[in-house]
Amino acid sequence: MSDVFKDGDDIHEYLATHEKKDMLRFLTCGSVDDGKSTLIGRLLHDAKSIFDDQLETLGSDSKKFGTQGGEIDFALLVDGLAAEREQGITIDVAYRFFSTEKRKFIVADTPGHEQYTRNMATGASTADLAIILIDARHGVLPQTKRHSFICSLLGIRHVVVAINKMDIVDFREDKFREIEEAYREFAKPLGFKTITCMPLSALKGDNILTKSPNTPWYDGAALLPYLETVDTSRDEEQPFRMPVQWVNRPNLDFRGFAGTVVSGRVAPGDEVVILPSGKRTKVKSIVTREGDLAFADKNRAVTLTLEDEVDASRGDVIAAAAQPAEQAGQLQAKILWMDDEEMLPGRQYILKSNNRMIPAQITDLKHRIDVNTLEHLSGKTLKLNEIGECNLSLTQRLVFDPYSENRAMGSFILIDRLTNHTVGVGMIDYALRRSKNVHWQAVDVNKDSRRKMLGQKSAMLWFTGLSGSGKSTVANLVEKRLHDLGKLTYLLDGDNVRHGLNRDLGFTDADRVENIRRVGEAGKLMVDAGLITLVSFISPFRSERRAVRERMEDGEFIEIFISTPLEVAEQRDVKGLYAKARKGEIKNFTGIDSPYEEPENPDIEIDTSEVAAEKAAEMIVEYLDRNGYLEG
Amino acid sequence: MIDTETLLRRAERLSESTGLSLTTISRKLLNDGKGLARIKNGGGMTEKTLEQASRRLDELEVAETPRAKGLLSPEAMTHLDRLEAESIHIMREVVAEVENPVMLYSIGKDSAVMLHLALKAFYPSKPPFPLLHVDTTWKFREMIEFRDKLAERLGLELRVWTNQEGVKAGVGPFTHGSAVHTDIMKTQALKQALDHYKFDAAFGGARRDEEKSRAKERIFSFRTADHRWDPKSQRPELWNIYNTRTAPGESIRVFPLSNWTELDIWQYIARENIEIVPLYLAAKRPVVERDGTLIMVDDDRMPIHEGEKVEEKMVRFRTLGCYPLTGAVESEANTLPQIIEEMLLSRSSERQGRVIDHDQSASMEKKKQEGYF
Ligand SMILES: Nc1nc2c(ncn2[C@@H]2O[C@H](COP(=O)(O)OP(=O)(O)OP(=O)(O)O)[C@@H](O)[C@H]2O)c(=O)[nH]1
Ligand SMILES: [Mg+2]
Repeated sequence: MSDVFKDGDDIHEYLATHEKKDMLRFLTCGSVDDGKSTLIGRLLHDAKSIFDDQLETLGSDSKKFGTQGGEIDFALLVDGLAAEREQGITIDVAYRFFSTEKRKFIVADTPGHEQYTRNMATGASTADLAIILIDARHGVLPQTKRHSFICSLLGIRHVVVAINKMDIVDFREDKFREIEEAYREFAKPLGFKTITCMPLSALKGDNILTKSPNTPWYDGAALLPYLETVDTSRDEEQPFRMPVQWVNRPNLDFRGFAGTVVSGRVAPGDEVVILPSGKRTKVKSIVTREGDLAFADKNRAVTLTLEDEVDASRGDVIAAAAQPAEQAGQLQAKILWMDDEEMLPGRQYILKSNNRMIPAQITDLKHRIDVNTLEHLSGKTLKLNEIGECNLSLTQRLVFDPYSENRAMGSFILIDRLTNHTVGVGMIDYALRRSKNVHWQAVDVNKDSRRKMLGQKSAMLWFTGLSGSGKSTVANLVEKRLHDLGKLTYLLDGDNVRHGLNRDLGFTDADRVENIRRVGEAGKLMVDAGLITLVSFISPFRSERRAVRERMEDGEFIEIFISTPLEVAEQRDVKGLYAKARKGEIKNFTGIDSPYEEPENPDIEIDTSEVAAEKAAEMIVEYLDRNGYLEG
Repeated sequence: MIDTETLLRRAERLSESTGLSLTTISRKLLNDGKGLARIKNGGGMTEKTLEQASRRLDELEVAETPRAKGLLSPEAMTHLDRLEAESIHIMREVVAEVENPVMLYSIGKDSAVMLHLALKAFYPSKPPFPLLHVDTTWKFREMIEFRDKLAERLGLELRVWTNQEGVKAGVGPFTHGSAVHTDIMKTQALKQALDHYKFDAAFGGARRDEEKSRAKERIFSFRTADHRWDPKSQRPELWNIYNTRTAPGESIRVFPLSNWTELDIWQYIARENIEIVPLYLAAKRPVVERDGTLIMVDDDRMPIHEGEKVEEKMVRFRTLGCYPLTGAVESEANTLPQIIEEMLLSRSSERQGRVIDHDQSASMEKKKQEGYF
């Protein structure tokens, strides 16, 4: 059964058959301590994939860290991190390789602890089959269900339910049947194509390589023979797709589009369409270092040249012209959340899919999914390891196919802009109708559509108060926070405007009025553009502030009064202006020889002599959040 | 004259071998994209049409055969093809997203395969990154010769970095022991080089089947500004979507050969005719047996202890590193198939020949946390 090469065998023959063997990628998953790592260690050992020196190390490691009282602990073959060996658990996925006469295998041994679910998902995303382990003593546990659900979500169609530790329950058939039944009942809605249950003892080796005499009542196959023959091929024919990964331009005469064919087949002469632009052309050649190819199939990494000088760049998708992929800016997808910090609807993340990075936000969490009952739960956020169905809004259109039709074209990851963590992964279900319309019939582009795209309600935050009261400091902090939340902002500050737009204005009352009028109009254009616009101006006259407010729509003008008293502002005197004004070196200085008219009904009032600037900024952002400004 | 069934069969075969769709062929034969499909469903045609179609098919078969066009017809993808494609995808991703990548070139067999894949990935361009060799000054002379010739022949930019402070302090394996030598001349030197050139991603040829902590490492593996690996907080890595974003100062180690096994490497070297350092093949070489390991006397810096004897033996190496730290195996294998045969019959792993891995248990993980590749 194992493909150990023996002295005297013909090496050329061996290599020829070895190269043609097909390959199965599978993972082991299930609840903590169910014996996943032990099973893989056992398989590697019995398939003779362990070298003598490694076996020796295993022997001494088992004495040191083993859970088997000094006997061989096979889990130590795969639990390769120091922390794992010390704690006797798996923390991260291990990839191991072995082969038999019939097949090659890549196994991902994944952790059972709920805390490390994202590492399990990592291992599952590239697998064709899952071995789900269940401890015969404990039966189906929540984590068994969670992992099964994730396998199904990621598109795994074949599972082996390994009911393990049968040695501890005296190889009793009733135990086995009971668990089998419970599992099959639970898994019905998961859509697996095959579910195969086996009674095993990973530790003792029962039903691993050959049928065990301890389970005469079991009439199925042993594990390894089953893995050698199970057919996991997907026969659906998919149209050609190749996301452009890199544009190859060694000189002006050559322009190649490098990428991996993710589905279908491509050949010279084929009509293709570049998405999202929609330009059509034909494939001229498939260039490789060994020579041009007559065609290229799924999974091959190639470089295409095209008949026409069409524009295509990284992230564009070259697709069969007759069956192009969809494109949309609004999607529905299932998301598995992977970060300790919870998912926040409205917050901007970076979505990476098909070699593109697009700012995106979750506009709506439709529901969470209870992994135990598969019921839909309502909720506002997704916490670590939770799964939900969400609506997403992207700032650019994404070219995609639904995940169920095309795994490569329908998957994405979400990246946090600040920590750069991969915070979530998603599988696209379909485009929301709205965006299909957006694509085909150009809608009016207006304030509303821009706000939707940006995921925010634009408004003008008008900071008014004495010189030195802390307007700019607070405004700056507010802008930073909004920026961190992925909001698009702009800060109009007295100083930056007076150096440009209002360079021609002085400090007479008339000039002050004109100054405010212009700032108000500039701010209004920005609000129309969809920006959260921060204006930080002394703006001492009530009437001018009112004039600006009246030019805006309801709720678009938020007056923030920084009410720090004159004494405090004068004491701070950051720019030394009060001193000069007192000496008469500056004329018409607000608070000294020019009046400041306090707002009567400010939306927000903050005295920075009492509230720290950080706290003030937080209050303002909270106000915006509470009043819906941070959603599209 | 042929019948409709034969016409259909030949058209289908042509479609299979050329990749032309049946619709396209149908259009070329019958001026009608759906014609063949109709015949397939039992539709008939006049003799005249059939005759014309058959003549056109003859022409098409000649014109469209890959050979006539000078095109290569790939067979169904084998396991090695898939590994090749995966590695190429990874390399392109780095080049597309990272500003200043570099390829660590250690002159060994894995580096040879990695470099070969890079030549393929970016053809007809040259790989858009330099090669970096960290030279401990204790490599086999044949390795250095091979390195310089290869870089010149391929016209690639090669940067060689040596820890000059280490050289000044006279650090070497004989005087300072393998642990200190490896740390200063290899690990510290590598960090110096990466910092000096401000490389933000470095390709390495490590494979998951080499060692149990490697089996746990991601393909895109992140390092802090001081080059530390934190095995407890690796990023999820799903499908083949790689998150390559780093904070300032952070860098990435990228392992395009993660999923290759030692056997895959050798098979691929044989299939692709990749040039390797002759030290991998058996030849008569001067060696000394020390602590059960055969060490080659590569130059006169090697002290010969009392009772030791330099002998000419037929030996070869399974891995290559600093000559004083690399054990030779006695062998007659001097062709690739013979090497593979020996490897398959061997009951010990390739790393056993490396003195450094035996220094302490869990040593690889620890070294990596300290910045070793
Ligand atoms: N009696 C018996 N014990 C077993 C069997 N399989 C595993 N064990 C023991 O169960 C314990 C846990 O085994 P592991 O292989 O580490 O479990 P795991 O599922 O990999 O655990 P995590 O990866 O941490 O979730 C160890 O002490 C094993 O020796 C079995 O078939 N029979
Ligand atoms: Mg485990």
